[in-house]
Order: sequence, then C-alpha cells, then structure tokens
Amino acid sequence: MRAYLPDYNLRAPRSLADALDLMAREPGVWRAFAGGTDLMVLLEFGALQHKNFLSIRHLPELRGIEITPEHVTLGALTTYTHIQRDADVRREFPLLGAAGRETGGIAIQNRGTLGGNVVNASPAADSPPALLVYDAQLELVSASGARWIDYRNFHTGYKQMDMRPDELLRRIRLPRATGDLKTYYRKVGTRKAQAISKICFAAGARLASDGRIKDARLGLGSVAPTVLRCARTEDVLRDRTPDEATIKAACAMLVEEIAPIDDMRSTAQYRARVAANLLADFLVNLKK
Amino acid sequence: MLTEIVGKPVPRKEGRSKVTGAARYVDDLRMPGMLYGATVRSPVARGRIRSVTFGEGVPWDEFVVVTAKDIPGENAVALILLDQPYLASEFVNHAEEPILLLAHADKQLLERARRAVHVDIEPLPAVFTLADSLARTQTIWGEDNIFKSYLVDKGNVDEVWAQADLVVEGEYSTGAQEQLYIETNGVIAVANAEEGVTVWGSMQCPYYVHKALLKLFALPPERVRVVQCETGGGFGGKEEYPSMIGGHAALLSWKAGGRPVKIIYDRAEDMVATTKRHPSLTRHRTAVSRDGRLLGMEIEFVVDGGAYATLSAVVLSRGTIHAAGPYNCPNVRIRSRAVATNVPPHGAFRGFGAPQSIFALERQMDKVAAAVGLSPAEFRRRNFIRQGETTATGQVIREPVDMAGLLDRAFELTDYQAKRERFARENAAVGAGGVKRGIGFASFMHGAGFTGSGEDYLKSIVGAEADASGRVRILAASTEIGQGTNTIFAQIASDALGLNYDLVEMAQPDTGNVPDSGPTVASRTCMIVGRLVESAALGLRQTLQGAGLLADEYTEGDWREACRQYVERYGALKSFSQYKPPPGVRWDDEKYEGDAYGAFAWAVYVAEVSVDTLTYETRVDDFVAVQEVGKVVHPILAAGQIEGGVAQAIGFTLYENVVWQDGRMVNNGMTNYVMPTSVDLPPIRVHFEEQPYEYGPAGGAKGIGELPMDGGAPAILNAIEQATGVSFTHVPLMPEALMRGLSETT
Repeated sequence: MRAYLPDYNLRAPRSLADALDLMAREPGVWRAFAGGTDLMVLLEFGALQHKNFLSIRHLPELRGIEITPEHVTLGALTTYTHIQRDADVRREFPLLGAAGRETGGIAIQNRGTLGGNVVNASPAADSPPALLVYDAQLELVSASGARWIDYRNFHTGYKQMDMRPDELLRRIRLPRATGDLKTYYRKVGTRKAQAISKICFAAGARLASDGRIKDARLGLGSVAPTVLRCARTEDVLRDRTPDEATIKAACAMLVEEIAPIDDMRSTAQYRARVAANLLADFLVNLKK
Repeated sequence: MLTEIVGKPVPRKEGRSKVTGAARYVDDLRMPGMLYGATVRSPVARGRIRSVTFGEGVPWDEFVVVTAKDIPGENAVALILLDQPYLASEFVNHAEEPILLLAHADKQLLERARRAVHVDIEPLPAVFTLADSLARTQTIWGEDNIFKSYLVDKGNVDEVWAQADLVVEGEYSTGAQEQLYIETNGVIAVANAEEGVTVWGSMQCPYYVHKALLKLFALPPERVRVVQCETGGGFGGKEEYPSMIGGHAALLSWKAGGRPVKIIYDRAEDMVATTKRHPSLTRHRTAVSRDGRLLGMEIEFVVDGGAYATLSAVVLSRGTIHAAGPYNCPNVRIRSRAVATNVPPHGAFRGFGAPQSIFALERQMDKVAAAVGLSPAEFRRRNFIRQGETTATGQVIREPVDMAGLLDRAFELTDYQAKRERFARENAAVGAGGVKRGIGFASFMHGAGFTGSGEDYLKSIVGAEADASGRVRILAASTEIGQGTNTIFAQIASDALGLNYDLVEMAQPDTGNVPDSGPTVASRTCMIVGRLVESAALGLRQTLQGAGLLADEYTEGDWREACRQYVERYGALKSFSQYKPPPGVRWDDEKYEGDAYGAFAWAVYVAEVSVDTLTYETRVDDFVAVQEVGKVVHPILAAGQIEGGVAQAIGFTLYENVVWQDGRMVNNGMTNYVMPTSVDLPPIRVHFEEQPYEYGPAGGAKGIGELPMDGGAPAILNAIEQATGVSFTHVPLMPEALMRGLSETT
C-alpha cells in the first residue's frame, strides 16, 4: 500500500438523498466509490489523487434490473456477475454478457459495477463499447433533479464527461427490440482472462432482405481517448451490401476515425490493424 | 526393511501447514518494538548525487535514517565481485538503485516519508542496450563495459568454412523476464553491536546472505545468523537479492540500536527494483555438409548484466556451455560476453543463461535443416550426441544417452509427423483472418549442479542427527521454496535408512544450526545435495552399527532402541557428509574445457500452436515434454517442476514483455506485465525416461528444476514458423511483433 491512508476519507451516506445533498453542498469534494475495483488499484500504487469518497454500494436506489416493454434499466450498481446471472439481459443484450464475462476475474466481476465502468471513463473499459452499440442512455441525478442523456454523447475527452460534480449516475437504460441485431464482441488483451484491452470491439447490424446493411453500430475501446461509437464508419456501411469493396471502404474509414496511441500495452499500428481486421471479420460473418 | 519411498508420491512434508495457513512466512512474523523499513531509490539511471533533502510535513526526528556513511563494514554486496554498493553514496548506476533507508513503527507514515525525501541527481549519459554497451557509447563499468568473457574452442573452426557445403548464419535475441514468485522479497533483521546480526527472510541461499552480512558489518561468522522462513517461490529471484534487502533491514536495525526492522517489498517495488532474466543476443554461423552433418559452429553469445556484476559471470558460463546443445560437432567456437548497462542488475532465473542460448541454437537448427533440405527432425537425428562423444567443452558423455529415442517418444505422443503434414495442407487453404496452425519441437540438455569446478569449490556439507526416540533430522541449508526439497530429502534419507518417511524431518535452514550445503540453485539440490543427505543418513546407521547397537537387518523398533542407547551412552548422534567430485572428473577453468557438469538431463519438447491472423495472437494448444532425468524421486513433484517450468517458458515466449523506459521497467505490475493465466496454458503432458546416474542419490537421480525452462521458446517459435511461414528470432514474440513479421512477408 503506497497511499497515506490518513489523507483519505470514505463516508457512507444513509440514503441517496443524503449523498446528493452532500454533493450539492460541497460540489467536487466528494466522489462516488462503488465497487472500487479501479480506485483500489490507484490507491495501492499511491496514485489516487482524489481524497474524499462517498461509499454508495449500499444504496438501494442504485441497484436492481427493471424490465419494461420499451427498456431494460440497469441500476448503476449492477455488477458484471449480476449481468451474467440475468438470463433476460444475457439473451437480449449478448454483448453485455460477453463484456461481463471478459472483464477482470471472478472477484472483480462480483465487485465491479456497470456504473463504475462508465464513470471511471477509461477508454479501455470493456462494457462501454457494448453499451454504445445498444444506444444506452444514462440517468444522472443530483439534489436539483434528474436528467437522461445519450451515452454516446457522455464522454467528451480523455476522462472528461458530461457530468456535473454534484451528479451521480443512477441508472443505465437500454432500448429493447435489439433482438434481431446480429452482434459481435471481441476483446483483445493477449491473455484470455484478467487482461486490460488492447482493443475492445463490439458491433451489431441487421441485414435487410435485399442483403443491404441496416442499422450498423460499432463501439470500440482502447483506440481513442474515449470509448468510441464509430459513426462515420457506420455511414459507410449504411445500405450497402457487405461485399469486398464495402469492407475495404469501411476498414479504411475506421482506421481514419479512430485515434489509437502507442503505450506500454500495445502500439497504434497494431490497434488500428486489428480493429480493421475485426471489422472485416464482423462484416464477412454478417452474411453467414 | 520397508518398501522404497523414493519414486512414490508421498505427501509433501510442509503441505499440510501450507494448505491450512499454519505455515509462517516472514510477513506473518511480528516482533515486539518492530519498525518497518523502506528504501529511497534513484529516480535516474545514471548520475552523480548532488544532495538529499528531507521535505516538509514529516516528523523526521522520529525516523531512523541510514545512508552509506552508517555502514559499519564494507559498502558492497559480497557475491563474486564487490562492485555493487548497498547504498549509493556518490554515483548511481541504475534507476531504482538504493540511496537511503528509512524506518518507523508506522507503516503509513513511513510511506509518506519515503515520498518526501528528495534526491537531487546530476544526470550522466547512460547505456540501456546491449548494442550500445558493446559499442561503448559510454564506458560505464570497468574499462570496457565487460563483466566477463569466455572462449570455448573445440577443434579448429577456422578450417571448416572452406570445406563446408553450406554455411548458415542467424541472429537471435531474448528479452528480460520477471520471476514473479508469489511471495515478494521480505526480511526481518535484528542487529546491534552486542548481539551481532540476525536476519529472517524469504530466500534461496541462507549462506549467501550470511557471507554478505559478514562483509557489510565486518563481523566474524559466529556473530551473524541467517534463518530462512517459509518461502513462496524463488525461481532464482531470491538467489542474490536477499543479501541486499537483508543487509538493508540489518543496517536499519543496527542504527536503531537493535530494534527489529521488517522490510517487505510490494509487487511494484519488487518488479521495478529486483533482478530479472538477462536479455541476450546470439549470433550463429554453422557449417554443414550436404548430407546434413554438422561440421562447425561459431557462436557469439552476449548477455546484458545490468549495472553491476552480481551473478552475470556464472549466468554467462551456463549459457555459454549450453550454447552448442546436445549435438556432436567436431569444431565449435563459442565467444561470450556479459556486458554492463544502466538498468537494475539482471540475475538468476531458472535456466540461468541456458534458455537464452538454447533458444538461439534450436531456432538455428531449424534454419540449417531447411537450408540443407532436411526435416528439422532428420537433421537433428544425424547430429545428436551419443555416448562416448564429446560436448563443446570436450566433455565425454560417459552415461548412456538416447536423444533419438526421446525424439521418437515425443513424436509418437504428439502424432507429430501426421500433424506436421496436416497443418501444412490446411494452412494453405486458410483465408485472410483465419487461424493457422503449426507444430514444432526443440531438443536440448541441461547440466545439473555447479559448472566445472564449482561444486568442488563449494564443498557442500549436509548433516543428519537422530534423537533418543529414533527420529532423524536432516541438517542442510538447502531451502524448500515450493519445489519439494523437504519431501525429497526425507524420501532419500528414509530409504537410505529403511525407515518410515514420517520418522525423518528437515531442520529449518538456519546458519546457526545447519551446515552450508550450498545455494539452492543450479538444479543441484536433488542430485548433489540429495546425495550428501543419503550419505549423511547412512553415516548414522554406520555409527550405530559400529557401536554394536544395530544389526545389519533391523526393524524400526530396533532402530529406535539403538538410538536410545546411543544417545544415553555417548550423547548426540550426528553424522556429516561433504561433497567429493566423482572420480575422473576434470575441468580446466582457463581453457574452459572438460567436464562441465556431473550429469545432464536430456529432453525433447513439442509444442502445437494456433496463430489467429485477425489479432496476431498465438495460443499454445498442446505441449508434450519428454525428458530423461535419471531416477524420478517423487513423480508428482517432478511432473510439477516440468509443468511449472513449461508454463514459465510459455510466458517467456509469448506473454511476458518487460517494457523499458530510460532504464526502468514501466509495466511493473501484474496488470500490464502479462503472464499467462491457467486458461492460456495448454495441457502440459509430461513423460519421464529414467536412466540412473551413477553418482546421483536414491538410485541415480539427476537435476530437474531448470530443464523445463529451456525448450519451450524454440519449440513454440519453430511451430509458429510452420504456421505462418515466418522465421521469428526474438522472444517474447508479442502479437505486435508477429503482426509486423507477417506484414513484411506478405
């Protein structure tokens, strides 16, 4: 443990309202601590800059999975294990199930939360690409009210979010009727478990009866300062048949649209190439 | 007499206490008044220390602070040379080099203090690569950056180039690798002028630490005591480093007037500051006849030793001697050098130089085979060393050896030939983004025990004692570090005496109580020390028989009674045995010629891989390890050694990449230093052939611990060459490099 623990405060508010009150009174002072699976790593390394945390893990308002005819709504505290255990979610949103299975190890899956994965804002997170494909919406709550926003607009830069210091992520809502979306998920992390993604690729699309691509959706991780919905590449694919020319054009656009870097885990060149390979693989398999 | 225990999978001696959590590791120990110690390290790779300042907000008067000035003896870690300081005083030569030590009872405050010490260093130009060191872009050690060089010269290699039908050249390199024992380095020390110095810790070699502390404190041997605690793995990483951390804790305790001081590294510190496998570069030039006979081999082998000499000379030695492999070649020249760079010193790691040079050789052998138009197997068959032939150092192989037989067995177990043909056929039909498959192998040997005259120089001693109840205790400094020392020694001793396994136990390695049986390294514990255990145990029996208390044939009851009477009449019953080289062994340290090792283990390893051309990731699908290791003392532990070694070799080959930045490892955590998990590993199928070694214990055991580290990397890259058609020459072969390799050829 390289942190100086007396510098840190962890408070457990009685209710969501208490938590939001405190965050409204002292904006920017308090940050949420849910599963802690990212924060504890920073703490261990002595690299956790923020000092004051609100433990929110016990708050019932942030828990649970709710299914209505239009939406499946996941409490921000939904863990990867919850996702994997929920047959409805798994069936209807297989990308989310796949992401849950491939995130961390079992202990991390038990502890880590979907909400945490979103607001930790790591570009290498594994479930956000899936959430992007499913057009997720986020409910942000504060003492002064609640608002829904589209997840695809949430990340505004590296570790930057459309979220005020007095706000908490309460729920994540996924529109239903994605059942006939043909999906593809691939996490590339060199080893098969306990890996941090070098590239995380989630995709979905429908093929119309005339063989043309409808509703292509591409969500990528670890290829830009934020997780990325690749709208320009989707535009290339729209209403075209997934033939060789389309695949080539789409891959070229994807490589242009993403902005991978060299870091200790991989290289920009590798990330771009593999992202393109995976897109091609997705498109080739779309016809099958 | 009881039936033999050797060869049976008896329960491990300390298994129960480990499984139940009763086993006490050093971090489980706590002493009254104990302080915690921390190390302030250099932020730069090379430079001159200008000043050390103590920042605000820390009650410095509460801290014990040790600098180089506080060292009572010599400021050098005594190992082979005395070039490495315990604490840098004027110059630093690598990032993370220790400069100052702190101790305090509050661990939290200690960490804050460590961060508040500011060391101002004037940077000097540094050398980070083997190539720059050889080119002497800077002279950073001695006159020429060279710690050690060797020349092995057999026959006359200069004359073969002209007569050879073919000459094949190749260049190969390997990266650093972290040992990743589960338990990080840790010690507790109590030291003061009145009572001397005592260190408890996680270590492989208590007497190495003992020797280092004598020098550091200028104390006579009896005033220094080193005790090994239960140890959670070493793999070589706890061969030399405990002398450093043990000395640090002792210096703090000494300054604190004898209060106990504990230092435990966290994973980040252990990875960034302690030793790793030596990176290497090997160049081969091989002369071969048209019918595939090896005529000559010229090998240049260079290892990167890091900033100080530490064990590099001996790592280089083993790598050098193994560089020409298990082949009969009349003309061999091997030139080798260990060079200095400004990175933390590289050190012992399972295989000790051999995995590096064997990787190069076994890649080169596939290349030569292709050049002469033979299969990799057929080419090797024509050149395997046989009984009576000589190795590169001129060692005559006196024991029976059957490399071709091992190859046959390995091929049969893997269905190698059929797969090789099938994969070739199927790969041709694999389209873009598909999975390509390959199968490859490596044949190699590993010498057990210290090189050349090393064992003669060590003159290891093992003791055995029996108490009045007939219980036998083995006294040795050889450590149990997870590999099974306790168990196999007890098996060997109980068989020697015909006693129940439960009647034999191991004394805790404590230099105050056990003789120096040498370091726990070099695949020597079973073969060399085990033999001494056997003869020390037999000494007890001879003493009892000599005293007329025990007949030639006896029961356990007779044994107990004889011990009771002996102890009553004469006092303690002890027997000691000291190493003597087998007859006829000769070694010339000047010419680097002669009997390099008492015995070799021989092996053929086969790897089957699939390469995903979407992600450039390689998966090892199957692995067969066939080896001849003499008598197998404990089948489960022996297989465990092979499985673990192969897993570590797979990590070395495909996963574990140390990322360096200005001489510092930047991925010093288990998140970003990617070791394979259990789901990444193939089934590892282990098969033993047993050819008893005349001078080994328990009916002829040889060494086993390092062997499995040697063959994995070349076998896997040979398989990848079949899968991809690309000959890769560097490990670790990360997906990024595999992608580049495929792009360059397609």
